[in-house]
Amino acid sequence: MAALNVKPTRMELSNLKKKRKVAARGHKLMKDKRDEMVRRFIVYVRRNRALREEVEQKLAAAMQGFVLARASMRAEAVEEALCYPARPAQIKVSAQHVLSVVVPKLELVSVGNVELPYGIVGTSAELDAAVQAFAELLPLLIELAEVEKTCNRLADEIEKTRRRVNALEYVMIPQFDEAIRTIKMKLDENERGNLTRLMKTKDMLAQKE
Amino acid sequence: MANNQAEIAMIGDRDSVLLAKAAGLAVFDETDAEKASKLIHRLAREGCKVIFLTEPLYAACGEAVSKYRYESFPAIIPIPDSKGSSGVAMAQIKSNVEKAIGADILFSEE
Repeated sequence: MAALNVKPTRMELSNLKKKRKVAARGHKLMKDKRDEMVRRFIVYVRRNRALREEVEQKLAAAMQGFVLARASMRAEAVEEALCYPARPAQIKVSAQHVLSVVVPKLELVSVGNVELPYGIVGTSAELDAAVQAFAELLPLLIELAEVEKTCNRLADEIEKTRRRVNALEYVMIPQFDEAIRTIKMKLDENERGNLTRLMKTKDMLAQKE
Repeated sequence: MANNQAEIAMIGDRDSVLLAKAAGLAVFDETDAEKASKLIHRLAREGCKVIFLTEPLYAACGEAVSKYRYESFPAIIPIPDSKGSSGVAMAQIKSNVEKAIGADILFSEE
């Protein structure tokens, strides 16, 4: 591993020791964050999957109903019935934080009963049923959107955090350790050199007398 | 477009989206991937919050979808079209799990 290029001084040693401490603490925090995020992610992703299955099933049913409705009415009549603008569905959007990851919170502004945007004369019952089914599905769809987005963002953030944890654990902290060791050895060596020199001088002085 | 801004949009082929129109979603009838991508970018710029995309389009507009995937808004969500689900969305969830955890531990159970 490429060792850090540092001067073997006491100053540098104390700086490195401080950095090592910060890195170790950062590593612990990141690791905790990652673990908690994974835990929450699993909860979300399970819900995501359940919701997705439900939505796909119900939506397929609604769509099939709609295809039947189209078959039972004239094409122009269907278009005409549906081309009137319905009351736009509105959602309340806010953000919430999951471990400092901003995720959207979507809430459908409740519309009460489902209103058909067209008159019931001239349209088939199948069409009404399909529209009704879809409108009832809308809250589920919105929830799915929220959960799925949360999962996407969490997955991304987990990956990032994991990389950071690994970088700290396997690169930065070993590098610091290595540098600290090198400096310590250099300093010790200097110390020993000094001591030997002193002893030697003392011997020489003693011999002279 | 401040007040009457469509917050939920749906893009897909005609059969699939007409139904959504009755429920009050902003509906765009589009089957061409390139045009749909442009539409996604435009909607995102205009502050659309949720875009439902039919699965064939979701698969075709990979670039536009991945651009907004990790941003807070808009949420681009694949939905099955009138021909039924093709499994794109499930694969997406799976890839999320693999990315976050490193191995697919949730879906391999069954």
